[in-house]
Amino acid sequence: MRERRIRVIVAKPGLDGHDRGAKIIARALRDGGMEVIYTGLRQTPEAIVTAALQEDVDAIGISILSGAHNTIVPRIAELMHAQGLDDMLLLVGGIIPDEDIPGLKKAGVSEVFQPGASTQEIVDYIRAHVKRHRQ
Amino acid sequence: MHKGNRAGGDRVTDQPKPLEREPSEAELRWERATLRPSLEKSPERQSSFTSLSGVPIERLYTPADLAGFDYARDLGDPGAYPFTRGIHRTMYRGRTWTMRQFAGFATPEDTNQRLHYLLEQGQTGLSIAFDLPTLMGYDSDHLLAEGEVGKCGVAVSSLADMETLLAGLPLEQVTTSMTINSPAAIIWAMYLVVAEKNGADWKKISGTTQNDILKEYIAQKEYIFPPRPSMRLVVDTLTFGAREVPRWNPISISGYHIREAGSTAVQELAFTLRDGIEYAEWVVRAGMDVDDFAPRLSFFFNAHNDLFEEIAKYRAARRIWARVMRERFGPQNPRSWLCRFHAQTAGCSLTAQQPYNNVVRTTIQALAAVLGGTQSLHTNSLDEAWALPTEQAVTLALRTQQVLAHESGVVNTVDPLAGSYFVEKLTLQTERACYDYFDKIDALGGMVAAIERGYPQKEIHDAAYAYQRAIERKEKIIVGVNDYVSEAKHPIEILVIDEDVARPQRQKLAALRRRRDNARVLSTLEALARAASSDQNLMPFILQGVRAYATVGEMCDVLRKAFGTYEEPAFR
Repeated sequence: MRERRIRVIVAKPGLDGHDRGAKIIARALRDGGMEVIYTGLRQTPEAIVTAALQEDVDAIGISILSGAHNTIVPRIAELMHAQGLDDMLLLVGGIIPDEDIPGLKKAGVSEVFQPGASTQEIVDYIRAHVKRHRQ
Repeated sequence: MHKGNRAGGDRVTDQPKPLEREPSEAELRWERATLRPSLEKSPERQSSFTSLSGVPIERLYTPADLAGFDYARDLGDPGAYPFTRGIHRTMYRGRTWTMRQFAGFATPEDTNQRLHYLLEQGQTGLSIAFDLPTLMGYDSDHLLAEGEVGKCGVAVSSLADMETLLAGLPLEQVTTSMTINSPAAIIWAMYLVVAEKNGADWKKISGTTQNDILKEYIAQKEYIFPPRPSMRLVVDTLTFGAREVPRWNPISISGYHIREAGSTAVQELAFTLRDGIEYAEWVVRAGMDVDDFAPRLSFFFNAHNDLFEEIAKYRAARRIWARVMRERFGPQNPRSWLCRFHAQTAGCSLTAQQPYNNVVRTTIQALAAVLGGTQSLHTNSLDEAWALPTEQAVTLALRTQQVLAHESGVVNTVDPLAGSYFVEKLTLQTERACYDYFDKIDALGGMVAAIERGYPQKEIHDAAYAYQRAIERKEKIIVGVNDYVSEAKHPIEILVIDEDVARPQRQKLAALRRRRDNARVLSTLEALARAASSDQNLMPFILQGVRAYATVGEMCDVLRKAFGTYEEPAFR
């Protein structure tokens, strides 16, 4: 049986429109052999989690640069938990200060990618950890 | 090098220039006799060299690169057509550029304090950043504003906030720039009403509203309404400004965000100037004489790391705009030909790693803007890859400009790089590449049509992706990111915006909604709704709403209902 391709949803919650990073990540994940759904701008946490559920993805990648991560990301994690999506990876990329990382991880974020992270790093992380999650 | 034939005919009579050429006999001799043996002994570091934007850069530029170059036609004197050398005769010998640091965070009280501080430090103009809810036309108490109030700029929901924001500022003396786009007409109306209440004359005040909606669809993405009704709002503000606030720049046509979204230097220039053409076409179609608004059009460019590429971009910008205006619109007033611009150093070039390196980057970028003849400048602070800047960081950024102006000596003569074989050639190449983009966009039916098809968006994304790949393959080195990496952390102080900023804003707004004459608010909103579905200029109706303390969110809701909202074409 052919192995199922890794499916990832890349989402931009909040009001910010800076989508350069999100689109680059989406394209790099595609080039890395994954199926990617890009949500477009200004998705609510509810819409993102609903889409993740319907699309049966392995990971949710959140791009956020506005400083609203401490409000928005825990909300997404809560909704995922409520939907029983505990084996789905939740990744956050963007301008996330060091001191906010422990709080986000505690809320359920698998990994945080700060400015300067390479797309290869992110591809590799997803490959390594999705596998573990799905086993 | 020097391969290929000259590209086909030129479209305009006064810009014939050979960009690619055959090497001369003397050059061939030099290459054979002198260069080749030397390259065999010590080869160059790379097989080819390119600018930051990927433009091939030759080993050497010589007089042969400028064959056919004509001083009067291609440069002209400073302050004279086609303005390649600058829009003023004496440039910075007369007056240095306006030092204008963009500022805005948290509550109107906090930002007001920062604006006063910057003026005390010798800043010569103000520039206000608004938070995301305001940019998107939501009040601080809207559900979608949660977590975003005061984060990326100052929160302004009503005239009361604007009164606090501008308290104690000499509005007839300072010029104020406001970065606001979709709700620009509303925020501008608030500024005008505060000026009016303070007894400042609308005929005397000056400043800029960014009000450039096209680049929102192309790059910055803070749009609310679809492109066509948004263009109507822009036309309304331009025509109102020409009549009532003649010294105001009602639009700042912006390449800055296009570059930040990942474009090349040429794309930044081409899309921005083509946006300018689009606005001019719409306003002329609305019945205005070009000379009644074109002198007030202003531009805003990025200043990135590649010094010469940037300088060439600014010089080309002035030459192209002068020619385009003259040839496409035929103005009588020479001021309609001028590409006046603000520049800001490239936020996207700043690194979170080794943040002190950003001071050096910003200095190079600011130098490019000055050598390129900018009218005003914002220098970014070293901490901006992490957050809005602290007072200490923003002071250092302002000092960087002051050192350039007073210590570097680059201000002592006009357009110091003119005549450089390299800079002139690069300016010509930039110009040619820009006209090529104009042809493509014209063929698509203009910029609004091109945006609706996602054309500039796709071009920028491709360039951004190529740039990211080049960094990851180490074809381009970013110090501290993909080379010269150090494990040591360089802790810097970061400005933290209180998560609680929203609370006082919500409280003030609730009190305002109780205090104001709500019947009057309602009637101004109804009048605005009626005007929106007619073809009347909306500015007088928005001013009435503002005077009644109707909020940004309330007025934008009226317009959302009348115009609808915009979703961008799907990204594949």
